[in-house]
Amino acid sequence: MSFDVNIIRQDFPILAQTINDKPLIYLDNGATTQKPNAVIDAICHYYRHDNSNVHRGAHTLSDRATGYFEQARQTVKAFINAASTDEIIWTKGTTEGVNLVAFSWGLENLKAGDRVLVSQMEHHANIVPWQMVCQRTGAELVPIPVTEDGELDMDAFKALLDSRVKFVSMVQVSNALGTVNPVKEVIELAHQVGAKVLIDGAQAVAHWPIDVAELDCDFYAFSGHKLYGPTGIGVLYGKQALLDEMTPFMGGGEMIETVTFAKTTYNKLPYKFEPGTPNIAGAIGLGAAIDYVTALDRKAVAAHEHDVLQYALERAAGYEGFRLIGNAKNRAGVMSFVLDGAHPQDVGTLLDQQGVAVRTGNHCAMPIMDHFNVTGTVRASFALYNSREDVDGLFNALDKVKYFLF
Amino acid sequence: MSSVFGVDITSEDILENLSFFDSWEERYKYIIDLGKELPAIDESLKVDANIVRGCQSQVWLVPTVEGDQYFFQVDSDAHIVRGLLAIILSAFNGKTAKAILDFDVDAYFESIDLIRHLSPTRGNGLRAMVSRIKDAAQA
Ligand SMILES: Cc1ncc(COP(=O)(O)O)c(C=O)c1O
Repeated sequence: MSFDVNIIRQDFPILAQTINDKPLIYLDNGATTQKPNAVIDAICHYYRHDNSNVHRGAHTLSDRATGYFEQARQTVKAFINAASTDEIIWTKGTTEGVNLVAFSWGLENLKAGDRVLVSQMEHHANIVPWQMVCQRTGAELVPIPVTEDGELDMDAFKALLDSRVKFVSMVQVSNALGTVNPVKEVIELAHQVGAKVLIDGAQAVAHWPIDVAELDCDFYAFSGHKLYGPTGIGVLYGKQALLDEMTPFMGGGEMIETVTFAKTTYNKLPYKFEPGTPNIAGAIGLGAAIDYVTALDRKAVAAHEHDVLQYALERAAGYEGFRLIGNAKNRAGVMSFVLDGAHPQDVGTLLDQQGVAVRTGNHCAMPIMDHFNVTGTVRASFALYNSREDVDGLFNALDKVKYFLF
Repeated sequence: MSSVFGVDITSEDILENLSFFDSWEERYKYIIDLGKELPAIDESLKVDANIVRGCQSQVWLVPTVEGDQYFFQVDSDAHIVRGLLAIILSAFNGKTAKAILDFDVDAYFESIDLIRHLSPTRGNGLRAMVSRIKDAAQA
């Protein structure tokens, strides 16, 4: 198998449009990726033919919906190499996954004197829930420093590791910088002091195969919509032994076994963490997205993505006034920058006028912006359907931005 | 204190000038150039109390009254926003409270083609700015 970006682009109908009379160049994949026909069709098909509530009705449609819904869980399990579908919990995204672990595992296990480590480059989704739980338990949230290049400071991390550290929650790929963290090593080191580890894989899953067994992480969270799937669906993986011990932090229907006013017993895994009617169409859509991605030659996809990002970085290196924010050796998907003397918002607006979609601002990662002493950046983030031509389009558009602003 | 906006350059001038342009390039160039004519405010005024919330970029507004006229010193760290601020000032700067409160800003924004194309975030920032100006005139 190989990979041809021009053929791939035809799978994504949204890309074939003009914005402000210019062909769309979509470089905001870190925020959300576009959806292939396979995903759009799976969702439509579900609503046209199979829609029903899951695990409830005593009828054919409900059985069918339940079947597809659980099949999607199976697809996720295989995709990340979990041991069992009991370890695959549907969430609405990475944010809910982190909150679930913080409020369920954290509230039960943390106490004054304990420490939770997160890196300085975390998305707010992996800071705020821990802050909330630390405030309630008296545990301390400690940031792991990041170097000038935007890499995790491993020496500082090792120095922080002691018996007080009960949990390490870390991003695999930084959405603000594109830094790829050495999570396998992080997990191993954290385990040596007895800490549990959650990996925020929001920006990683689209780029290469994830193997939770090989990583040996305790929890892994990601969002469907950054993996060519729909919004409102995500996955929390957790090791079964841990999930079994944890008490759900949200209650409701479906997550119970029996309810009386005196006592409720919880359903088995994974349902005990899935109160209420789930995002059935979303799960089916995510299943279709994973099928789509795994049917591709993933090595060829990764090589193509690497080539496009390297090309972008090469062009950036020779571009006057271009300041790359984050210079990690190992990076994926993201090029974050400022143009000297230009506000990122101005750059973003003027790029948009030329059909180039980027994100500007602090990328929900204010602490790392502070670290680099900027209030925000322009972020071009890439997906499998981007090409070298898109990169050229970005730089041509930047030429025009300069003409306007300087 | 007094800038050219609202005095030498009025909202009518802005509308007339914008109507000459056919391309987005010309319109944006004009707006950015307007921003360049906006005098920067003193660094000492860039304090939290003067920040207008609801904008992605930082925006400051400092109202002053002279007799029955209201003057506004505004600034932003983004060029396009400075241009939009100049457009707003053209309508409000040096006016009486009554003129400020009576001014139909929605119709004004509506007739500036550019504003319609602004993202909701950006539009909200402008609206936040206008309500701060109207609040000042109401005080
Ligand atoms: C690294 C990272 N973590 C967490 C999130 C939050 O994901 P969601 O908003 O899908 O829950 C994002 C999304 O931007 C992200 O990039």
